[in-house]
Amino acid sequence: MMWKWLHPYANPETSYHFAGKILPWCSRLAFIFLSIGIVWALLFAPADYQQGDTFRIFYLHVPAAMLSMGIYLGMAIAALSSLVWQLKLADASAAAMAPIGATFTFIALVTGAAWGKPMWGTWWIWDARLTSELILLFLYLGVIALHNAFEDKSLAGKAAGILALVGVINLPVIKYSVEWWNTLHQGATVSKIGQPSMTADMFWPFLICFIGFSLLVTALICVRFRTEILNRNSMRPWVRELVMQEENTHAV
Amino acid sequence: MNPRRKKRLTIVSSIIIGLGVVAGLVLYALSQNIDLFYKPSEIYNGKEDTGIKAINGQRLRIGGLVVPGSVHRDPESLKVSFKLADMRMPIAFSASDPTVTVTYDGILPDLFREGQGIVANGKLVHGNMIEASEVLAKHDENYMPKELADDTGEKHVKPNYSKAQLDSKT
Repeated sequence: MMWKWLHPYANPETSYHFAGKILPWCSRLAFIFLSIGIVWALLFAPADYQQGDTFRIFYLHVPAAMLSMGIYLGMAIAALSSLVWQLKLADASAAAMAPIGATFTFIALVTGAAWGKPMWGTWWIWDARLTSELILLFLYLGVIALHNAFEDKSLAGKAAGILALVGVINLPVIKYSVEWWNTLHQGATVSKIGQPSMTADMFWPFLICFIGFSLLVTALICVRFRTEILNRNSMRPWVRELVMQEENTHAV
Repeated sequence: MNPRRKKRLTIVSSIIIGLGVVAGLVLYALSQNIDLFYKPSEIYNGKEDTGIKAINGQRLRIGGLVVPGSVHRDPESLKVSFKLADMRMPIAFSASDPTVTVTYDGILPDLFREGQGIVANGKLVHGNMIEASEVLAKHDENYMPKELADDTGEKHVKPNYSKAQLDSKT
């Protein structure tokens, strides 16, 4: 049943236009949510009793870190469907997600270091949480490298997909590192069962920021996904037609 | 599912499960090395899962809560000593907790205070004395506005240094 409904989206042309349709909505909503969220978080949310205003980096660091793992999970699911069901589009979406995930991992690491220096007293420490997040960055870089290492896109997708799937093991390690081992990094604040360990007037701006960043990620994935589709189908008549149309509208 | 897809799914999932088990075993075997620090009670009894004790002269990290009333600062220099007890949530201390004494000559992080989580990097001198070369603050995952913290009695005052203390280092 579900397959019938999903089937048209296995067609690159349909997916290209579908991604094009949701793209403006995602970017508009992302802009709205992020402007509200960031202004609220940086100017109106209360400062922490011990960390003061430095605490506000939380609103960038935590969404980036959560999304770095979320995007990886999405990429791994795409890689699995590409390996098992050999969906070419799943490959394209995995290739589209990898650099965005890598960027968010990098943001999480850099904002974490900038937060760690004034609060902990060090930019970096080799504890389980920081190290496993760094490994996530290397996994992303490996996946990106493999996607670009082969002329043949389906071979590249296979190699990168296997690496992406193997790397999934790192996700629970990152998530539970602060519980399994003793680390300098504190435990989970918002992603734990039950109530978040912060007051509502601190939590709401986080939620808005998180939704905003998620929408931004969706929009970025749409842009890259469309480019990947065009790249992989450049010889197809529908792409040629599209290019012709573009040229005509711009020529006039 | 058609047989070819089924076969691919079996291969892929068995590779993942196999590697998952391998990674799990490796992490389990390394678990004592992945721990960032010793707890004060582990200085007395050895590591929780392996029972390995730290030996005198060994470089190690110690993590715990600063025992209230145990912080002694030299008014003339940056020298400071304090006791650490095991971290527990919610924060509580009892007189029977095993503690270790940490001595340090340097500027403490802003988040240092009595009752705060601390990770110190240093050398086990003897018994339960640790000479730290670096003191890091390990704050918890709870954030709250100042007004609320005042109501619940949580206060934070960052360590202050006089000019004489700061000049003593140079």
